[in-house]
Amino acid sequence: MIALWIVLGVLAVLALSTAVATSTRRRRSLGPPAAVATRGSSDIGANAVSEAPEAGPGPEGSGAPALRDRLGRTRGLFAPLRALGARGELAAAIDAAEEALLRADVGVETTTALVASLRQRPDGGADGVLSALSGRLVEIFSENPDRSLRVDREPGVVDVWLFVGVNGVGKTTTIGKLALARRDEGDSVLLAAGDTFRAAAADQLALWADRAGVELVRGAEGSDPSSVVFDAVHRAKARGNHLVLADTAGRLHTKVNLVEELRKIRRVADREPGRVSEVLLVLDATTGQNALAQAREFTEAVGVTGVVLTKLDGTAKGGVVIPIERQLHLPVKLVGVGEGPADLVPFEPAAFVDALVGV
Amino acid sequence: MFDALSERLERVAGRLRSRGRMSPADIDEALAEIRTALLEADVELGVARHFVEAVRARCSGAALSKSLSPGQQVVKAVHEQLVEALGGEALRLTYASRPPTVVLLAGLQGAGKTTVAAKLARWWKAQGRNPLLVGADLQRPAAVEQLRVLGASAQVSVFSEPGDPVATAVAGVAEARRLGRDVCIIDTAGRLSIDEALMDEVRRISTRTEPHYTFLVIDAMTGQDAVATARAFHEALALDGVILSKLDSDARGGAALSVKEVVGRPIVFASTGERLADLDLFHPDRMADRILGMGDVLTLIEQAERTMDQEVVARSADKMLSGRFGLDDFLEQLHQVQKMGSLGGILRLMPGMNKELRQAADQIDDSQVSRVEAIVRSMTPAERADPVIIDGSRRVRIARGSGTSAQEVNQLLKQFKEMQKMMRTVGSGAMPAMGGGGRLGRLAAAREMAKSGGAEETLAGMMADNRPPRPAAPTDQSAGAKGRRNAKKKGGRVTPPKGR
Repeated sequence: MIALWIVLGVLAVLALSTAVATSTRRRRSLGPPAAVATRGSSDIGANAVSEAPEAGPGPEGSGAPALRDRLGRTRGLFAPLRALGARGELAAAIDAAEEALLRADVGVETTTALVASLRQRPDGGADGVLSALSGRLVEIFSENPDRSLRVDREPGVVDVWLFVGVNGVGKTTTIGKLALARRDEGDSVLLAAGDTFRAAAADQLALWADRAGVELVRGAEGSDPSSVVFDAVHRAKARGNHLVLADTAGRLHTKVNLVEELRKIRRVADREPGRVSEVLLVLDATTGQNALAQAREFTEAVGVTGVVLTKLDGTAKGGVVIPIERQLHLPVKLVGVGEGPADLVPFEPAAFVDALVGV
Repeated sequence: MFDALSERLERVAGRLRSRGRMSPADIDEALAEIRTALLEADVELGVARHFVEAVRARCSGAALSKSLSPGQQVVKAVHEQLVEALGGEALRLTYASRPPTVVLLAGLQGAGKTTVAAKLARWWKAQGRNPLLVGADLQRPAAVEQLRVLGASAQVSVFSEPGDPVATAVAGVAEARRLGRDVCIIDTAGRLSIDEALMDEVRRISTRTEPHYTFLVIDAMTGQDAVATARAFHEALALDGVILSKLDSDARGGAALSVKEVVGRPIVFASTGERLADLDLFHPDRMADRILGMGDVLTLIEQAERTMDQEVVARSADKMLSGRFGLDDFLEQLHQVQKMGSLGGILRLMPGMNKELRQAADQIDDSQVSRVEAIVRSMTPAERADPVIIDGSRRVRIARGSGTSAQEVNQLLKQFKEMQKMMRTVGSGAMPAMGGGGRLGRLAAAREMAKSGGAEETLAGMMADNRPPRPAAPTDQSAGAKGRRNAKKKGGRVTPPKGR
């Protein structure tokens, strides 16, 4: 038993030091070159479109009422605060605010700062704690006013939006929904199935491509995702599509090799005629404080330009985007509120805050 | 995982250790730190409060131990409370007297149910069972396709039919019975706990298939909402346990604590990597050790026993202790270790892994291991037995042969020399100074805690080989072969595993 342990230990340490010393390599070796598959000719698309609601609000459309309606279900986190406020118990109301913020995943640091500011300047007294808090929250969001999605439609240039995030946050679904929305906005879209790792990820995206009637470029499972994105950009140029939505495999931000792979994808996508105009970090609203680490690491690696907050139709409040906006100044741009094609809407700070505190 | 929590607790403990006496104010301060640490680790607020109060009760209620400093006493109390909160005893899986044993997986979208289903299938296969996977996620596009691909690589058949998820699940169980499979794992679509229609659907799946085990799959990165989700699923399905996914992230994993507390059912499995082999039984006591930075030696040993060739290990150990350990032996060992799962995952389990080392462990991937292998394979037998003879021109040849650089060859040789030196020290009876500073101190602390009853299973216990009995011993290898024969008769509805 002891002998086994020693062998293991020594070996493991040795392997660790050698492997780390060896230059960092990608997890997946270069696979066969990505094949271009033409999918979703317009007639297939037309079929699927009939089942997709035509009135899907585009990301830049007037989606605010939609978001407000969709976020209606509240867990009543802030209800005690309102009751205490009405009774004029200021200190207790502020304590209740602290508790509600923590329960909404806002995190210790930001909650502490917000609560301290409420104690210092309790605008409007006990009764006003809730509205004062709403005000402070909206203020945080107003620091990052630009929530638009950049697409230049410049001749000869293919805009690439890269979607990154950890496993299971909803990247593929987000791209699928966005393909429909952008098509309706008048963009000429092409999808790149850059998730060559998860089994059947490309198939999943292919179904969305069919629905939206847009073309999909995919590679073999296990092939190099950079080459898929490269092919997609060139295919887009050849076909005259000016926007490529590029999926990537979910990866934990702690896996250095996979993050390195992502950097490469970004570099390749940025090469002419491609231009990476958005790098969107997809975050699951149920995620806790780890979302901050995700945002930080992915931003450092590939320059995240905005956040897509998914699964906000559940009981999770997604409060972790508040410290992300406050500390990392990353704007939330889109919100996912369901599985339907129209369930991706532009982020509206006021609506989000209202839903959070349950006004 | 749990990095920050253990780091914080270590910091608190360090401060307390450095003081002789502890005042009530000290305790308050320590507990406040613990509460903050728990909240930052995403432990639900109510659970965190409860936890802190329980620790306080332990601290003040227990008679002052003479052998422990006040700081150690708090750490011991936190440890004990963690063990209790994380589940006490591990769930013992039993099997239905009339097979198949039906296992139902449920959870939110993106929790990792499909991957976990395949990992479970592989796990049961390794236990000598003969599972069938049932794809009842007809919601997410290509989910069944994903399950088929994963099932193929686990060499487990997958059953699914389009249409109604409830009917598919029922048919799947019938199919498992027809094929003589003893475990039937049902993968369901991700659903929100407030989606009444879908919750009703999974309830009907449960009623119709009468699962022996219903597991909630929950993402280790989940925040405060873990409690609401777990409660809703528990109310709908009467959970038997929880499977924690994505535990290889740097998430602090407080969700584990919250869910356990709310559901009152054990966390049964933990998924710790992207490979199908990266699934382990969840051991609350070990996890508590891990949280406190004592490493997870028992899991390591268990993995080793399960997968390593004992003879090879014994031979190498022998050679090692006598100082005749060559590069060939090294390669052999490397393969043994690789059988256990990804190297990075194994290294995380090592005691005394501090943050830097753990980050380094994350960077290891299997392609790097294969580079090392390529280098060794490019050497002649004489060079492998005695690397000292490798000179400049041999080095260049080896580098060229392995597609690496002379520097990389050098690095490997240097590390190997260090390792030999270390082994000589071990052979002469001294402890190897590995894993960075502080390891010996921690081991000593672990021993002390074991003496005082704080940690039930520590290194000392491990060395005495008093492991807990495993829930299901690998038995009946012939069952697998029989099942595969059956699979051939099946008639189109089951995906036969590829690549046998």
